[in-house]
Amino acid sequence: MSVENSKPHRVVVATVNGRDESPVTASLLPTSSAPLATLYGRPLLSNQGIPLHLDWVKQVRVNTSAVERRQQSHVARRTVKKDWQAAWLLRAITCMDLTTLSGDDTDERVRRLCAKARRPILYELVKGLGIEDLNLQVAAVCVYHRFVETARRALEGSSVRVAAVSTGFPAGLSPLPERVAEIRRSVEAGAQDIDVVITRAHVFGGRWQELYDEIAAFKQASGAAHMKVILGTGDLLTLRNVARASFVAMMAGADFIKTSTGKEPTNATLPVGFVMTRAIREYAQETGMAVGFKAAGGIRTAKQSIEWLALMKEELGGSWMKAELFRLGASGLLNDIERQLEHHATGRYSADYRHPIA
Amino acid sequence: MSIAEKFVAMEYGPAPEDSKDALAWLDHHQRRFGHFMHGAWVKPSAGAYFDTADPSTGEKLASVAQGSAADIDAAVKAARAALPKWQALTPHVRARYLYALARQVQKHSRRLAVLETMDNGKPIRESRDLDIPLVARHFYYHAGWAQLLLQEFPDYTACGVVGQIIPWNFPLLMLAWKIAPALATGNTVVLKPAEFTPLTALAFAEICHEIGLPAGVVNIVTGDGSTGEALVKHPDVDKIAFTGSTEVGRAIRSSTAQSHKRLSLELGGKSPFIVFEDADLDSAVEGLVDGIWLNQGQVCCAGSRLLMQESIVEPLIAKIRARMSTLRVGPPLDKAIDIGAIVARVQLDRIQRLVNQGVADGATCWQPPMEMPSRGLYFPPTLLSNVHPTSIVAQQEIFGPVLAAMTFRTPSEAVELANNTVYGLAACVWSESINVALDVSAQLKAGVVWVNCTNLFDASCGFGGYRESGYGREGGKEGLLEYLEPAWFKNATALPAAKPAPPEASNDETESATPALDIDRTVKLYIGGKQARPDSGYSMEVRSNRGQLIGEVGLGNRKDIRNAVEAAHKASGWARTAAHNRAQILYYMAENLSQRRREIEHRLAAAVGEPQATAEVSASIERIFSYAAWTDKFEGAVHNPPFRSIAIAMNEPMGTVGIICPREAPLLGFLSLLMPAIAAGNTAIVVPSETYPLITGDLYQLFDTSDLPGGVVNIVTGYASQLLKTLAEHDDVDAIWCFADEGSAFAAKSFSTGNLKQVFTNEGRVIDWFDVKQGEGRWFLQHATQVKNIWVPYGE
Repeated sequence: MSVENSKPHRVVVATVNGRDESPVTASLLPTSSAPLATLYGRPLLSNQGIPLHLDWVKQVRVNTSAVERRQQSHVARRTVKKDWQAAWLLRAITCMDLTTLSGDDTDERVRRLCAKARRPILYELVKGLGIEDLNLQVAAVCVYHRFVETARRALEGSSVRVAAVSTGFPAGLSPLPERVAEIRRSVEAGAQDIDVVITRAHVFGGRWQELYDEIAAFKQASGAAHMKVILGTGDLLTLRNVARASFVAMMAGADFIKTSTGKEPTNATLPVGFVMTRAIREYAQETGMAVGFKAAGGIRTAKQSIEWLALMKEELGGSWMKAELFRLGASGLLNDIERQLEHHATGRYSADYRHPIA
Repeated sequence: MSIAEKFVAMEYGPAPEDSKDALAWLDHHQRRFGHFMHGAWVKPSAGAYFDTADPSTGEKLASVAQGSAADIDAAVKAARAALPKWQALTPHVRARYLYALARQVQKHSRRLAVLETMDNGKPIRESRDLDIPLVARHFYYHAGWAQLLLQEFPDYTACGVVGQIIPWNFPLLMLAWKIAPALATGNTVVLKPAEFTPLTALAFAEICHEIGLPAGVVNIVTGDGSTGEALVKHPDVDKIAFTGSTEVGRAIRSSTAQSHKRLSLELGGKSPFIVFEDADLDSAVEGLVDGIWLNQGQVCCAGSRLLMQESIVEPLIAKIRARMSTLRVGPPLDKAIDIGAIVARVQLDRIQRLVNQGVADGATCWQPPMEMPSRGLYFPPTLLSNVHPTSIVAQQEIFGPVLAAMTFRTPSEAVELANNTVYGLAACVWSESINVALDVSAQLKAGVVWVNCTNLFDASCGFGGYRESGYGREGGKEGLLEYLEPAWFKNATALPAAKPAPPEASNDETESATPALDIDRTVKLYIGGKQARPDSGYSMEVRSNRGQLIGEVGLGNRKDIRNAVEAAHKASGWARTAAHNRAQILYYMAENLSQRRREIEHRLAAAVGEPQATAEVSASIERIFSYAAWTDKFEGAVHNPPFRSIAIAMNEPMGTVGIICPREAPLLGFLSLLMPAIAAGNTAIVVPSETYPLITGDLYQLFDTSDLPGGVVNIVTGYASQLLKTLAEHDDVDAIWCFADEGSAFAAKSFSTGNLKQVFTNEGRVIDWFDVKQGEGRWFLQHATQVKNIWVPYGE
């Protein structure tokens, strides 16, 4: 191992905005904003990014089969029952990015989705569960740029955010200026979350600087909008690649790191989730900054949403069980959660046609 | 708390497993159990019962019978009576019974899991996902061996009636590990479950009844240590299999020494958990969760000694602490609990006492801030850092959720620290470098090495320890051999007790007319590749078979044995010499013996007569050839457990073997024992037969001229009975082979108790060294080696 690796976890943040070169740890950085999260009792700020630390990226070690065993035992070690299960499912709804990303999307279809986002479960169910005061809504509606405007209007007056997939989603292979321009257009159209995709080729080629620069450019274009960086984990294939890409994305200023586009052969898997959340934890511990996590693609059942929430609780803690730092990107998931909640309220198994579709 | 409040809190909440069915089962038995013998429930002869309780609540679960010596006797009689019919069944029929046991365990898996958790205190997740599935797997796997028995072990026979004593940490799993191989090989069983956890064994007894297992094949007698002692001492038990503490294991070794009982012991451990700087640290931390925090740390193979490379101490300790904080301690029937209750008050007190001692020794104790249950027997996950090898918590098995952390600088220091223990059960190695991981794995003294994983078990992979962690293996083909004996050996007759031949002058004129050979030839001891004068300065007379003085050899004593053992250790590089090269040296010995056959025959004839001398030399040449052939062919195996992993089963040498040679064939007997030992990579200290110890002089010339490295073979002549004691007692000798009369065999077992060295004897029986079937082959090589299973999961 290199000399740097012998002290692997003492990353000194040289700068927040590129000016200050004096070595100060991030936790000592002056700030005006309130902490975004806490990790093991330590307050964390939102991610400002740090210079690319190649040593950190290169020393990443992930043992795939050990991570898989962790995942297998995780789903057997944790479960929630009865009222707790209902509460967790409700929480999953509030962390949901209700998504439609199809070639046949229309304005009407998006408006329907937005209506569902504002009122994700039946009023009778809200009453039955005694949660009227929660004013339950999903976290965001996620659409292509073309529908940002539509969604923004449809969601006016609600707490639901508008998320736009961007940068040549899902492949991310259009020219960089166009991808950056696409972000700007979506932000101007009112998108509060921007889901960008990385150039997977940079990961395969180990071109970390190029990857870093690309994401940093996206970040700059996103401005005040939250940038979620989609790693395309189903394409990256190895967990080691996932971990490396996670660190580069966070260093380049990602507000969230996100598993997949939903278009890859395999999407959000729990082993990938473990690797990405562990990277988030390590980054937070070293820099004092919190990065969110979004699992997207393939999450269809209420049970899965609880497994993901439990993963966040185990690896990162309560701050990452809220929409500020955790999202579930899904389209069909909500319907299964509704059915489970109805079962909880009535004691009878439910049917999907009993719940209004999106 | 309303749902809205729970929505804010996002806690796990209770998730209790239903215990109704298990409690109903207990009620069905009126919460009172007798012994199970001859296929029926039997009241204890003395009428005594004791209670078994749920350690998480303290509530009594049931009364179980206290087994007396009379109960044990009745159970052994039932097992003995059942034996002929059980052995008369075809292997296929026995296989069907084992298959039925596996099916029935699966059918009642949840009841068994709940019962186990209530009786033992382990989390339901573990009993449900680990213990019971492994029980079923063990019976399935051994149903297969039962089916294949005749093809795979054609010349073997069952031991007979087997007494088995199991611990409380994995009650039903340990029962399966004991009963499945015993039944598969045609033995009948008397099993005593642990006092704290008898219930699943009793449920298993009922399963035996349900599937129609012939009466008496499995008998379960409950009770405490005295019940176990009665079983161990019962004269009609052919074999004892024990899992438990090293202390009790030693007592069993001692009390069975004066008998022909076979013995397998699976004892304690203080297993190292080595983390190199290039490991996936987060995964290594999860390895600890599956290791020292499995089953409340009450696991004999728990990675209880954390060895960290100095460069990663800070981040690793931080990660461990963070992970410890998310472990959930609580009622074991809760499905989302990681650490349940400690089995009994006495165990909880012991853990606390050892932790206190560790802190007194200078360790830093850290426990995560967490709410502990208000009742029941619980101990929080505990990290002791700044532990040094001298600390009691680095040496003694704590058997609790307590991790002792130490540091190392280099891979070789990691190995040194890892092996710095009297135990040798298991080890974990965490490194992303296959070079480091496999190199270190090969050097660890442990029966199981887990690379980048922890506590993986499978019926196909033998489990068992080196050193004072026990004898024998459980699981795999090697595990079956613990319940089998070569058929010829079981039927062999006893040797007459050894009596030194009285020196009497010969009247044979022709004999005395021949000038005595080599009377002034000085045969010395052979130590470290050099001829050495005996420390005593005395010599021992050697006489011909007609009583004539034919020479003198050095009279070896304790100090000569000490020197020989030291020399043998210095030659331990022999084990790492390529098998091909070891084979070449053996072939060279055969060449040289062949060259000198006439003179050796001639000298040997004085002791054993000419016909035998001729036959012995010829057979010896062939025997050396045979083991030269075996040297690079007695290979291990690669197991395919039902995970994405390989398990490499390596036949490793025992280490240093002390050999007491048989009287009957001074040359052939010597070589029949020495050759398998050194072919397998051991170094040896050999005590030649008193019949003709002069053979030493010929043999060391043979070794010297055959390029055998000095110290691989050391020869100490003298009185075998005296040298045996020193050798068998020597703590740096790993195995003792004694092939003499019954008294010597018993003495070898008794004297070896101190370090629980492996003992291999002829049980005082006659072995026909000229018969290839008896005098050479796998039986000897199996005793010259021990199996190390290295688990290597893979995948990127």
